[in-house]
Amino acid sequence: MWQGGTKRPIANALYNLYISMLCYIRLDFSSMVSQKLRRGLLLLPALLLAGCNTVVLNPSGDIASQQGRLIVISTILMLLIIVPVIVLVVLFAWRYRKSNTSAPYEPDWDHSTKLELIIWGAPLLIIIALGLLTWITTHTLDPYRPLSRIDAQRAIAPQTKTLKVEVVALDWKWLFIYPEQGIATVNELAAPVDVPIEFKITASNVMNSFFIPALAGQIYAMPSMETKLHAVINKAGEYEGFSANYSGAGFSHMRFKFHGLDQQGFDDWVKKAKAESATMKRADYLQLEKPSEREPARLFGSVDAGLFHDIVNRCVAPNTVCLNKQMSMDLNVKPGQKHE
Amino acid sequence: MSDNFDLIKLIFGRLSLEAIPLHEPILLVTFAMVAIGGVVVLGLLTKYRLWGMLWRDWFTSIDHKRIGIMYIILAIVMLLRGFADALMMRAQQAVAFGDNPGFLPPHHYDQIFTAHGVIMIFFVAMPLVTGLMNYVIPLQIGARDVAFPFLNNFSFWMTTFGALLVMASLFVGEFARTGWLAYPPLSGILFSPDVGVDYYIWALQVAGVGTLLSGINLVVTIVKMRAPGMNMMKMPVFTWTSLCTNVLIVAAFPVLTAVLAMLSLDRVFGTNFFTNDMGGNAMMYVNLIWIWGHPEVYILVLPAFGIFSEIVSTFSGKRLFGYTSMVYATVVITILSYLVWLHHFFTMGSGASVNSFFGITTMIISIPTGAKIFNWLFTMYRGRIRFEVPMLWTIGFMITFVIGGMTGVLLAVPPADFVLHNSLFLIAHFHNVIIGGVVFGMFAGINFWFPKAFGFKLNDFWGRCSFWFWLVGFYLAFMPLYVLGLMGVTRRLSHFDDPSLQIWFVAAALGAGLIALGIASFIIQIGVSIRDRKKLADVTGDPWNARTLEWSTSSPPPAYNFAFTPVVHDNDAWTDMKKHGYQRPIGEFVDIHMPKNTGAGFIIAALAAVLGFTLIWHMWLPAAVFFAALVVVTIVHTFNYNRDYYIPADEVVRVEAERTRLLSSHV
Repeated sequence: MWQGGTKRPIANALYNLYISMLCYIRLDFSSMVSQKLRRGLLLLPALLLAGCNTVVLNPSGDIASQQGRLIVISTILMLLIIVPVIVLVVLFAWRYRKSNTSAPYEPDWDHSTKLELIIWGAPLLIIIALGLLTWITTHTLDPYRPLSRIDAQRAIAPQTKTLKVEVVALDWKWLFIYPEQGIATVNELAAPVDVPIEFKITASNVMNSFFIPALAGQIYAMPSMETKLHAVINKAGEYEGFSANYSGAGFSHMRFKFHGLDQQGFDDWVKKAKAESATMKRADYLQLEKPSEREPARLFGSVDAGLFHDIVNRCVAPNTVCLNKQMSMDLNVKPGQKHE
Repeated sequence: MSDNFDLIKLIFGRLSLEAIPLHEPILLVTFAMVAIGGVVVLGLLTKYRLWGMLWRDWFTSIDHKRIGIMYIILAIVMLLRGFADALMMRAQQAVAFGDNPGFLPPHHYDQIFTAHGVIMIFFVAMPLVTGLMNYVIPLQIGARDVAFPFLNNFSFWMTTFGALLVMASLFVGEFARTGWLAYPPLSGILFSPDVGVDYYIWALQVAGVGTLLSGINLVVTIVKMRAPGMNMMKMPVFTWTSLCTNVLIVAAFPVLTAVLAMLSLDRVFGTNFFTNDMGGNAMMYVNLIWIWGHPEVYILVLPAFGIFSEIVSTFSGKRLFGYTSMVYATVVITILSYLVWLHHFFTMGSGASVNSFFGITTMIISIPTGAKIFNWLFTMYRGRIRFEVPMLWTIGFMITFVIGGMTGVLLAVPPADFVLHNSLFLIAHFHNVIIGGVVFGMFAGINFWFPKAFGFKLNDFWGRCSFWFWLVGFYLAFMPLYVLGLMGVTRRLSHFDDPSLQIWFVAAALGAGLIALGIASFIIQIGVSIRDRKKLADVTGDPWNARTLEWSTSSPPPAYNFAFTPVVHDNDAWTDMKKHGYQRPIGEFVDIHMPKNTGAGFIIAALAAVLGFTLIWHMWLPAAVFFAALVVVTIVHTFNYNRDYYIPADEVVRVEAERTRLLSSHV
């Protein structure tokens, strides 16, 4: 099982090598080349440097960290073949230029079994390695799979309680329901650090994608369907969350803050929400559902039980039949028989 | 409701004067420019009395060479439109920070990125590819035309009228605001009640028929019309990759047609294929559209691979390394391209095993693709490389494309995709392969085959300018997007809050500016070359010392391509002929049987487009009329028995004597 961390010395060494290659290459340049040349050469490392400190490669949640690390490892694996190819292209193009008559010229040479073996074999080996890595990580980092650890060093304690959050993407804002705390929020999400979170995700009308880069990879929010995401935040702080899938005119502003809080801070936050007089009853939801943009963050002191279930099954409005009920009714209809 | 009102509604549907976007200054200016340009062109055509020539020699032409050229002209015109959209997006994203909303409101911006994607794929890349295949394949296999010459003309006009529908949406109504694949439920009637999505649907339906028919046409041409001696394993690689591309077209485009038909049924007749309620499922649309959409990517890039194969071997003065493995790589890519579609939506929440399956099949495609790169590399090895413009594009491609391939494989790792999907990293990736692969390939191909088509080479200096502007511009425009993607910035945003991102967007906008210079250089290159055509003339028919059959005939080739069908003994047929001291036949010519021009393709396609327009606006009465007209004209055309003629032997003698004179003047 791919877990990274201290238990994988080779992978770790490779990772560190790569990071130092990308991020500290600048130091080598400073001692080697003149000021002017350096400024020109700096462009590439600067680009890579900018890549190193980004939220995707340097996130604050364990799942996102593993995903970021996977990006780096896969990139190294592929660079094993990409770099030689690029070097050879430049080298051959230069060496076999027409004006270089000293280079050998074999116009009819067009086959070599040995080379063919390398040509097909080398990429094959890399893809076997990468394929294995893919199979393993896709399963271990499956968003539907409950977490098995808090971070690289810590497993999950046996009695740990998972925080449950229900996420609804609306036109164009986010509704978060905390069923166990009995509160709801719009465009604001909070969770205690080092506590596993289980998100259940859906959408009111059009497809969106629920994404907090610092926490974990995204998953689609789709109407009449429920997706899941398990994640944990390891560092307290304020993070960006948003929809990653275009959903219409208000899409650009469909953003929210995700607060990673210590346990005390989270409890206080829940208390503050509970004290709010605003509620998220079915009627409030139907109001909220209407398209609007740039909604300010809001807390709701109470929430109707089963609201999320009804949103998924599209039966929040009074006198509507829930999809799951409709489907089970349809299943029981015999041919030729009519609906009730 | 009075009867009178109903009749007006039946005739005009949703169309009213309000559909003309008088309130959008950008559109008004554009319209004014298009109108002025149009009037100037029409005026010039009338002044120099070119209408008759245009209609007789071009619009109604069923000569694959002329149709190929028209496809490429269409693509270049649409490239200007699609690129104008790109410039507007880059400009908007470079300025729309904090309090500055930029100059494009979401309503307009969302149409622009949708139109950009649709136009670049369907009306730039596709016509470029189809155009080059059309022009080159019959020549390369020693045929006189394609298998179904009338169908070819009809296909071209369907594509063109599809493009016209997209252009019409600029000035009458609006275009879709859904993204280029128009995912429901957003593209459903509830969330996109306007005509935008209908323009999208009918433009693609009309153009899609053209693409499908042209695919059938070229498959049959390649399978049935090869010169004697050219068995499958002696076909030039470009013909091979084109064959695979057209097989993909034939298999994939019906899926697109079906899925768009279902979407329009949902929109117009209230069916529930992809709706939220009544058991509809939008995921089905996403699956189906990518079952077409992924092969589409290979439809575009395989011919480019073929072009690079021809060019690298020609300009290295060497046989292509590993012809057999190249062919097998192409076939493997063709088959595998159907097994990877789900990688476009790992984030939909399929199980880990399903996601890994599609991730790994995607990676496997990189093996034959890698083999191809190596084959080109070892074709250069121990060659004598001439750095003419087509070869520059090829080397630019080899370096750029492997980077795009690498980021593509990275995106195929599902957990990595979860953080990179829908981000600007993804945008950078597919522009990296489409620009670095397809666009570079098409420019290489145009520079390579231009002298064949017109009898003179393209100007070298401006060609080099175009290449370098494109290359540097591409890196400047898209490398920042990779970084932004890693910063967690997603696509299709029209406004940003974080000021630290702005510098990257400004860099990307500058890159787009460089690419604009690249396109300008290309247009100047064509202009300058036409001016200097005497100096750049190619009298030999073989200006590059190339290797395949199309170079054995004159530049431009005569209407009948080859006076006698050549006999092939080697996969570098022309090199083989040159080596064995081939003597061009100079006598004993016979009458040549050729297909005859017809206006039916233009007329039927025009009717199809008008029918599309009436359907877009729910003008049911005119729609019925035009549908009936379409059927009638098609049936009437089947009774046209006046479809062929003979080029008399005397004429062949005259043309061939002229070539003999030219050839001797060269020596």
